[in-house]
Amino acid sequence: MKESELRERTRVLLDEVHPDDEGVSRVDFRSAQFDHGLALVHFPEGLGGFGLSPKLQAVVNEEIQSHAKTFYENLVVNPIGIGMGAPVVLTYGSEEQKRTLIKRIYTGEDIWCQMFSEPSAGSDVAGLSTRAVRDGDDWVLNGQKVWTTLAHVSKWGMLLARTNPDVPKHDGLSYFLLDMESPGVDVRPLYQITAEAEFNEVFLNDVRIPHEQMLGAEGQGWRVAITTLMNERSALGGGSSRKGGGPVSVLTRILAESGAQRSPAEQAILEDKATQLYIRAELLRLTTQRAKATQRSGNPGPEGSVGKLAQAEIYKDVWETCVAALGDDGLLYEPGYELRRPTGDFRGTGESSAEKHILQAKYQLLRSQANSIEGGTSEIMRNILGERVLGLPGEPRVDKEIAWKDVPRG
Amino acid sequence: MAFEFSDEHEELRRTVRQFFENESDETKVRELMASERGFEDATWKQMAEELGLAGLIVPEIHGGADFGAVELAIVMEEMGRALLCAPYLSSAVLATSAILLAAEETAQKELLPRLASGDATATLAFAEKVSPWDLSAIAMAAEGDGASVTLSGEKTFVLDGTTADEIVVVARSNGNLTLFQVAGDAAGLTREALPPLDPTRKLAKLRFESTPAARISTGDAEPALRRALARTVTALASEQLGGSQRCLEMATDYAKTRLQFGRPIGSYQAIKHQCADMLVEVEFARSAAYSAAFALDEDDDGAEVAAAMAKSFCSEAYSHAAKRNLQIHGGMGFTWEHPAHLYLKRAKSSEMLFGSPISHRAKVAAAVGIGSA
Repeated sequence: MKESELRERTRVLLDEVHPDDEGVSRVDFRSAQFDHGLALVHFPEGLGGFGLSPKLQAVVNEEIQSHAKTFYENLVVNPIGIGMGAPVVLTYGSEEQKRTLIKRIYTGEDIWCQMFSEPSAGSDVAGLSTRAVRDGDDWVLNGQKVWTTLAHVSKWGMLLARTNPDVPKHDGLSYFLLDMESPGVDVRPLYQITAEAEFNEVFLNDVRIPHEQMLGAEGQGWRVAITTLMNERSALGGGSSRKGGGPVSVLTRILAESGAQRSPAEQAILEDKATQLYIRAELLRLTTQRAKATQRSGNPGPEGSVGKLAQAEIYKDVWETCVAALGDDGLLYEPGYELRRPTGDFRGTGESSAEKHILQAKYQLLRSQANSIEGGTSEIMRNILGERVLGLPGEPRVDKEIAWKDVPRG
Repeated sequence: MAFEFSDEHEELRRTVRQFFENESDETKVRELMASERGFEDATWKQMAEELGLAGLIVPEIHGGADFGAVELAIVMEEMGRALLCAPYLSSAVLATSAILLAAEETAQKELLPRLASGDATATLAFAEKVSPWDLSAIAMAAEGDGASVTLSGEKTFVLDGTTADEIVVVARSNGNLTLFQVAGDAAGLTREALPPLDPTRKLAKLRFESTPAARISTGDAEPALRRALARTVTALASEQLGGSQRCLEMATDYAKTRLQFGRPIGSYQAIKHQCADMLVEVEFARSAAYSAAFALDEDDDGAEVAAAMAKSFCSEAYSHAAKRNLQIHGGMGFTWEHPAHLYLKRAKSSEMLFGSPISHRAKVAAAVGIGSA
């Protein structure tokens, strides 16, 4: 299909139902967009698309944005559902599941979450211990999941559980779709060092999942999961898209506005530190650009793999330097530590007042500690760079060939 | 920024890499670093005539290949890998850029074809004892104000100063920074080799005593010289990148084959993670060096800042890589016999050459507005 036809079809959609019109809800509009095949153009006909290249979605989005003020971002509507849920259902789901689940993911009627990590399985996620035992047409699950984004508002969860403990860890996992309203599912907020709960813990007590909600074959769970995990890591770590933008712009502002309280020597030291970070942030941006260029040319090199690690280290350092520049004021934390769900007040990096920058820096000093943990710890990232990019030998593995149940855990 | 290298660029890289692998192997580097002259005339001539490297950035009308900063970056990167011992940075980059950007046409016509053909080498003598890398601190003043003058005083840290056939001296005339041409064997010129930290790159102190010199620029040459230095440090950043990449390769190769406690040392995270951190720095250095080169060729307003950024970052990345390489090689890396120290010395000396990382960062800070409001 040509771009022009796609644009034409988008205009037909907008004539029929317009997102700016009163009485047209998000669900109304996205439901119509889905039926027109303009939701996920790379999906098959009848499932929100036309089987086109995923790049062409930009054409549709552009056309909508040029004719409407209202635009719903996938990342806001249902990030995990659209990013991971819909593709996994499309690849491994039954016809019935595709028909009933994908559209509701797209409209945001059903929010999705992902349940892989467990308290005892972080970096070594394939070592997880949530058990699923077959009972007639159902599987019965017991265990605990952790760091589950959006679980408290989700209808569906993608879940990995151990169906066979007698084989090596990767071979005994299966992939399930869990109806989060099932009896025995207990979602609790997981408070982090900012006192917010962005994430949840999910406790599973004798939760029953019908066998047809297993995606992929029994024991194939790791393979199904790997495809979804890939998307997460590449989504983290590209730096700012603008020279001098992102967190480092907050640092330069704070440094300029707080200079009066420092001696010239202190100021010089901080300025050099800030300049080093400015340069690193700029090189992160340029390295991302270079990665895109080599990807286009079909010769991707190591430049594409260093972003996640580098960004975590740079951003943590930037926020810490911001607070160092605040001096005494860094003794105070105005948001307080009342346990709560995130409000988003101190997170934005857009234009704002000096005061807001200061609050943002203090908040981010705490929040950014997770940058080097979430989505792959910096230590795991260094292993990946060392082994997959530089070809260094792996650590000896004591758990690879033996049954999961015989692997020491703690 | 596009960051796209063409097939011709890749071909250039392959050709020069092959040449330096043959002509600048470790044995050759060790032989030349121990020699007084520091380079081989035959190789220099071959580099000029067969590969067109001496005149790489010289315009065609002056007998050069008329290439830009990007091609120069590729060549310098390969020279850095091979620790090439030759007056390339001094003659084909620094002096050539100064002549191209600041000298009058007659001087360009006279000098550039000789440099491009490899018949002669030149260097730029600008640094003085006080604030050596700061052009505004240059104090030497010419005596006389016609085309022919005399120079007295001292210049230091002159690259290949004892071997250059032509010395381009930066001195003041009516307060303006001006270029003067002095023959290497001029009367009243004493050339003294300095003991370099990095013996693969020769440094000299030049003493002028009423030395006859020809004026080759008019007006204030300071802005043009600043651009010439930006071109030079951009090229040097690429050389540093090439050296860092080589250190990373040496370290990882060794970590794969060296066995201790029954396994390759590269399987230990203590070693593996150092290699991973080197990789990140080398890739960042690559972005810094290439972006500065592309900025120059695209006449980007930010080219001088990009050059300062590249020089400060690549300097430190190279030093880190050289030190980590030595450490990963253990006791062997500390021996004279092992090449790790050759890279360490090149890294540390090129870090200070044309100004420290801190001084270049100060330029970046001023340009992007880091500091008190």
